[in-house]
Amino acid sequence: MDVLVCLKRVPLAGGTLILTPDSRDIETKHLGFGISPHEENAVEAGVQLVEQMGGTLTLLTLGPSDAEEQLRSQLAIGATRAVLIETDGQEWDPQGTAAALVDAINAEETKFDLIIFGAESADSAGYQIHIRVAHALNRPIITNVKSMKIENGVAVCDRVVAAGREHYEVALPAIVTVRDGLNIPRYPSVPGRMQARKKPVDMKKAEARVPKLEKVVLTLAPSKSTGAEILGNGADAVPALVDILKKIGAF
Amino acid sequence: MILVLVDQDRGELDQLSLRALTAARKLGQDVEAVVIGKEGAALAGIVGEYGAKVLHVASHANITDYTPMASGRALKDLVEKLKPAAVLAAGSPRGNEQLAHLAAFLDLPMAAECSEITLGSPHHVLRARWAGNLIESANVHADILIATVLAFSTEPESANGSAATVVEFEPALEPQDYAVKVLSRDAGESKGGVTLVDAKVIVSGGRGVGGPDGFGQIEELATLLGGTVGCSRVVTSSGWRPHAEQVGQTGTKVAPDLYIAAGISGAMQHIAGMKNSKTIVVINTDPEAPILGYADYAIIGDLHQVIPALTSAIRQAKG
Repeated sequence: MDVLVCLKRVPLAGGTLILTPDSRDIETKHLGFGISPHEENAVEAGVQLVEQMGGTLTLLTLGPSDAEEQLRSQLAIGATRAVLIETDGQEWDPQGTAAALVDAINAEETKFDLIIFGAESADSAGYQIHIRVAHALNRPIITNVKSMKIENGVAVCDRVVAAGREHYEVALPAIVTVRDGLNIPRYPSVPGRMQARKKPVDMKKAEARVPKLEKVVLTLAPSKSTGAEILGNGADAVPALVDILKKIGAF
Repeated sequence: MILVLVDQDRGELDQLSLRALTAARKLGQDVEAVVIGKEGAALAGIVGEYGAKVLHVASHANITDYTPMASGRALKDLVEKLKPAAVLAAGSPRGNEQLAHLAAFLDLPMAAECSEITLGSPHHVLRARWAGNLIESANVHADILIATVLAFSTEPESANGSAATVVEFEPALEPQDYAVKVLSRDAGESKGGVTLVDAKVIVSGGRGVGGPDGFGQIEELATLLGGTVGCSRVVTSSGWRPHAEQVGQTGTKVAPDLYIAAGISGAMQHIAGMKNSKTIVVINTDPEAPILGYADYAIIGDLHQVIPALTSAIRQAKG
């Protein structure tokens, strides 16, 4: 079983975001970096599959050369090797990103049985790269997966929706996107970290394309300008809240 | 003409699609709708009321349930025939997914989660990023704009239109288009009753609830208000509550009439999922908690005292 997991380096922003002076990016001077939340589940799923069935787990990312840091920390979880498509540090649009990922996947000797993405990136959330990759590779894709088993070359997946669970099955090779809750991602062990330093990370270059979805500028979304009306402290404030709930017709 | 994908699940209309229809009308062109699956023809009345003159119905023997790639193929067939100025859908997981398949088939850009759309050359959108905490102003260089409408960014407004004319068509599907489809369903973790998306009232608990037992009082209040229980990510990752109840970017995005957040400090991921609620009430011991920036009303205090007091006061008031 050969598995590929696609990752994205993103800043680990806490409660408040700050923009760069040109308002085109988030100010990251004082921020650490990680990967998007669902991707930690994607790596864990890949590691578990290789543990159970043998084979290899390859990581793939597109980003600045600094993204090697994220690849190494995920190699420490148990991946076999990694590929970094190096950009100039600028963000690429979804079509350009998908095309570069597809080229890199096609250039691999390994024909991956399963390609896993996180369901959405923490930052740009374009909801499309995985689907474009699936079309270009002519592979079926199941998205938003919250439980997955591989049985006799078939991916058996559930997706959680408002009214319960939807059940899907598809023969490999296939692509899935996974959500937080799929598994509990493990922490890297000390030997895992040591080994990760020596694992191969292939650096590749790709030409940026003219973006068709062209970012112009970012602004911070306003929070409610008035702020909350504080009704009081503890249970003493309950009558005031009951009045309000009555007024808005909550009961 | 603006073409709007109206999503339906086994004949039931996706309410967010009415908002997408409303957003489409604001672009000042004729609006037509498309629904995937022949049972969608029953939606001609409501779709017409919200301003679509025509309802295109994709009907195919292999579209019997949600089949996202087949949706994309059907949309492609229709778009190539009708040449609309834009194709819109709700910014829901299914809306985003089906339009992404369309965009991939046509090799056109797609702008997801747009709060504002201006047609032109290039088209211009404002779209949500970072769980709605950042707004991106972007140009879209394409003849046909493919975009999804950020959930809850537009209030649904009826156009008082008469029923849309139903035009059935059969998309030319390839076998790979229906390789992935819903095979079966079960109620899973959901206990039935009001789902998060449809609830008018949600009472959510966070880390401050302290453990699974603490949710008894949250459930009691939610039931009393005819609502349902929600929670933050830490609650589901600690195993206190099922994932189906998680509100936020990695859970479900909601916009009920009343959202009560108890013991939730307000991580960006959570705020993204609830900030469009009509009235937000926060119960928290920390007056500096980020969630207060999004709240209408707050009580500073321990939810373990406030919630039982609130429940009994409402019981009394109801008589």
